[in-house]
Amino acid sequence: MAILSKKDQRLILDPLADDNPITIQVLGICSALAITAQLKASIVMAVSVLFVLGIGNVVISLMRNIIPSKIRIIVQLIVVATLVIVVDQTLKAFAYELSKELSVFVGLIITNCIIMGRFEAFALGNGPYRSFLDGIGNALGYGVILIIVGFFRELLGSGTLLGVKVLGDPIEKTGLYSIGYENNGFMLLSPMALIVVGLIIWVQRSKNPALVEEN
Amino acid sequence: MAKTDGNGYTILFATIMVVVVGGVLAGLAQGLKPAIKENERFEKQQNILYAMGVNENVEGDGGVNFIPTDKVEAEYDKYIKEAYIIQNGKVTQSDEAFTVDMKKQSKLPKNERKMPLFVGERDGKQFFVVPMYGKGLWDAIWGYVALDKDLVVQGVFFDHKGETPGLGANIKERYFMDDFTGEQIMSDTQYSGITVAKGNNDPKNERKDDNKVDALAGATITGDGVSAMIKSTLKSYVPVIKDFKTKA
Repeated sequence: MAILSKKDQRLILDPLADDNPITIQVLGICSALAITAQLKASIVMAVSVLFVLGIGNVVISLMRNIIPSKIRIIVQLIVVATLVIVVDQTLKAFAYELSKELSVFVGLIITNCIIMGRFEAFALGNGPYRSFLDGIGNALGYGVILIIVGFFRELLGSGTLLGVKVLGDPIEKTGLYSIGYENNGFMLLSPMALIVVGLIIWVQRSKNPALVEEN
Repeated sequence: MAKTDGNGYTILFATIMVVVVGGVLAGLAQGLKPAIKENERFEKQQNILYAMGVNENVEGDGGVNFIPTDKVEAEYDKYIKEAYIIQNGKVTQSDEAFTVDMKKQSKLPKNERKMPLFVGERDGKQFFVVPMYGKGLWDAIWGYVALDKDLVVQGVFFDHKGETPGLGANIKERYFMDDFTGEQIMSDTQYSGITVAKGNNDPKNERKDDNKVDALAGATITGDGVSAMIKSTLKSYVPVIKDFKTKA
């Protein structure tokens, strides 16, 4: 399995765990709070960011030697915005149902700090191939956390997963609800996403003490 | 990096970038416009048919299932017989009713507003489908109500632009929309609309004459928006539909 060199593998694997954009770098928290009330929205957001970050990183990397440093942030913003509009319009024309499902989330990608962060920190100083891997790796790291948070919030908050009632029917009192279980409506509110992310950070740092900052 | 630091280069770069990006996006938007417009038309037809009960909903499944897009055009022509525009109390038959932009109309003063009304027929029964447009918590909400000639709700469809997923966004879920079916919009002879009511002591919605449906937990403002939208829209349609009844 030597498709990727050791160094390239790290580009993909590090952001999944020890250099995770959400739990370690604490980037992209805003969208993690906003859209994780349902698992489906989390998955969709993860896939969209994967696309935009992968391609955006390549585009920025290809232009890295000709971008004037004074306006590089604006140039990055234009690249993200353009990609997002292309995704949005293409979906509306060829996958209308899906585009309705995504609705505001596509626009929200522009505001995702991970994307600008990776453009600035990696794509501006590295070649297109490695930038692509870095983009994919960070988007996956972001997506994994999003899906974990979305899983728990939908399960505990609504008693469903991807809209399927996995714990029984709360009104008919079947399944778990027949023995007095209740959905926790708190889980649907944004602050609970922060608490779930906090729990993930706790677990991650107790497993790997090297991540704990010295005071 | 010296060559990319000058003001002249920066301005040149910015200009070229804006022109290129602008050109690409304008070309893309222009190229995709017909496909997008068609999708939007199909969607509207699906929504109107959904409200009057022409859909592929399965009993016990709980999902919202429209007529598929490849069939919707034919089905729409089959079920929707006439379309009207009501303006300042005057009712005129018009094919333009379908293309009326509800968002634009909602900004006009009441007596200038064009209000579309679609009259459909299914299994020998007449349906009056009324489009609605209003405000939710974050953004626009809209929908369609199908009434019969006695002003009893036969079905509704709601949609929204950006309500909170899992809370206000659930107005487009079937369990919420199904609750409206059979509700009266009149309380005796007085017009009352339908209120999305919290603390409704009838959660299974067995009473159909109380002008109330059970609210969604955690979505107070979206629910209030739905109530307000129904109340203000249907009010102007009541005399028109009564007129249809006496003429028939």
